[in-house]
Amino acid sequence: MTAYSSEFDDIPGTRVFTAQRAKQGYHLNQFCMSLMKPENRERFKAGERAYLDEWPMTEAQKQAVLDRDYNAMLDLGGNIYFLAKIFATDGLSYLQAVSTMTGMNVEDYQQMMLSGGRSPEGWRSVKDGT
Amino acid sequence: MARITAGLTTSHIPAIGAAIDLGKTGEPYWKPLFAGYEWTKAWAAENVPDVVILVYNDHASAFTPEVVPTFALGCADEFPPADEGYGPRPVPVVRGHADLAAHLAQSLILDEFDLTLLYKLDVDHGLTVPLSLVYGQPDEWPVQVIPLAVNVVQYPPPTGHRCYMLGQAIRRAVQSFGGDLTVHVWGTGGMSHQLQGPRAGFINSEFDTAFLNRLVADPEGQARMPHLEYVREAGSEGIELVMQLIMRGALGPQVEELYRFYHVPGSNTAVGHIVLRPADPSRQEES
Repeated sequence: MTAYSSEFDDIPGTRVFTAQRAKQGYHLNQFCMSLMKPENRERFKAGERAYLDEWPMTEAQKQAVLDRDYNAMLDLGGNIYFLAKIFATDGLSYLQAVSTMTGMNVEDYQQMMLSGGRSPEGWRSVKDGT
Repeated sequence: MARITAGLTTSHIPAIGAAIDLGKTGEPYWKPLFAGYEWTKAWAAENVPDVVILVYNDHASAFTPEVVPTFALGCADEFPPADEGYGPRPVPVVRGHADLAAHLAQSLILDEFDLTLLYKLDVDHGLTVPLSLVYGQPDEWPVQVIPLAVNVVQYPPPTGHRCYMLGQAIRRAVQSFGGDLTVHVWGTGGMSHQLQGPRAGFINSEFDTAFLNRLVADPEGQARMPHLEYVREAGSEGIELVMQLIMRGALGPQVEELYRFYHVPGSNTAVGHIVLRPADPSRQEES
């Protein structure tokens, strides 16, 4: 890709939702949007695998949803605002769901936020180690 | 002639809306945050414009993966609160101002800003949380609202410079409207936050303070900041800050800062809020 999109790869722990990722994740994100309807949420909860099989998603995308592996979903073209429909269906808040991507438990994550959030130190650049 | 008499910025965190709707604003976690808006609520009650042009971003509520408009202007008579998966927020329907919106659409497109025009739009927390923070829980919103939705979800979003120029064009467009209206422009979103990946929870108060300082005093300089620097210094969702440059461009070259509030955290996010007015109303004629 162009310098514009590849430059973001230098930022640790971050996947910027580029036009390329939007194309890759189109059906995954469309599946997420379908969960805006209560009847679809009920059908999904009643049989997740069967519901996912109705969508032309890759097997890796389906497995990431079943595993609620949000980092994997991001890698496969998901975007957090679409993925939010999955964790809303699960009854989780943004804070609860977001914490699962950090390797921290939700209590430790919440405490970090109360203490001022994640410090930028060490999270700016892979290349520069800053 | 219509006139822009004030501008403000505020975060639009969904959990703030939930705290208001569920009556939790007095709880220890939320109390300091809502206390920071008391000055503004009193000021806003005394300074009610006819119309608010409200710059915000949709969060997969009105816009699906199918359509990604960079700038989209709400031209309808009313905008219902969106059902974001938990049922619509219990807030009044947002009333539009179709005449001014049609004028903005014409002026801005002829001024070479190729907007998408929306005649049906459900508005999500990005738009309704700022209204709740400023106007509380009325039966009807005291202002008419023209939504301006900006794509800051899929990269690239518009550049900060383009946002600033759009704000300047909005200023020209409002000034050329035939009706006698007072208008406020709100820029919402931010401050620093990241909702994804191992870096989630990222907050950079130093950056946020510098951003607000430059937004007030050196918007031309701030408008030149590249996206990469926003993501590196303010987090992947901190890119929402470019929307505040639309507000700033609309206020004219010099502004007076009336109020500022900054607080961490609101859920995963740094809360920032600033109230501005054009430094000298006689400069309204300048572009």
